[in-house]
Amino acid sequence: MLSCREVSELVSQSLDRRLGLVERWRLHMHLRVCDACRNFRRQMAFLRKAARNHPALKRKD
Amino acid sequence: MDPLPASPLPNELEAHRAYLYRYALLQLRDADGAEDVVQETLLSAIQSKSGFAGRSSLKTWLTGILKHKITDLVRRRFREAPPPAYDGDEDEAREYAEQHFEGSRRSHWLNAPRAWEDPEQALAQKRFWTAFEACVGRLPEQTARVFSMREFMGLSTDEICKELGISATNCWVVLYRARMALRECLELNFFGQPAAGD
Ligand SMILES: [Zn+2]
Repeated sequence: MLSCREVSELVSQSLDRRLGLVERWRLHMHLRVCDACRNFRRQMAFLRKAARNHPALKRKD
Repeated sequence: MDPLPASPLPNELEAHRAYLYRYALLQLRDADGAEDVVQETLLSAIQSKSGFAGRSSLKTWLTGILKHKITDLVRRRFREAPPPAYDGDEDEAREYAEQHFEGSRRSHWLNAPRAWEDPEQALAQKRFWTAFEACVGRLPEQTARVFSMREFMGLSTDEICKELGISATNCWVVLYRARMALRECLELNFFGQPAAGD
């Protein structure tokens, strides 16, 4: 079982590279039972969304 | 003979200066640097005889030039002050793990991420963006630059590695730490706070 530390690293990397099958499986097994890491994953996805929607990047034509 | 592609007029270019400046400032977080790259962008747009052929919008074309200018500047700055090489520095990695995780193998969260209430809705709040800006501003300078290239400019980690001459592993660690820090900072300063009606 991956630790929360390893999961947090993988979740972050999943935003930068395609995870392997085994990595995804182990991630999935951990996330099933860990609220904190599930929150973390949601928050990472939200950070990505926020950055891409930054008001300074809005194109007011 | 084909007509020469129309070179954009300075007035048309000036109209985009404010947007370009906001964009550059977001990436660089430095007013002087942002002024410089915008100026360089407008200059090379004027000098460019063939670049803008109306295939894309003028703004898209200018933003493309600006991205190159920003990347050049960041590359020069990285040469002067390289980012920390995280890969291979085990002491440093241990120290970082100890600050964020507990247990004999540093396997559990010290401060477990809590559920954030309606984060989507935060994107429409001024108060959120103030907090977000402040949190990005607190990142170490080089970390913030890598994060900006990845998340604001949308470059891939491969492109960032190549441009800045850092390894992919190091890039992932820099981005990981940036995200961890932003997450903590937002939880502390925004999502943990009672909403102040805005
Ligand atoms: Zn966990």
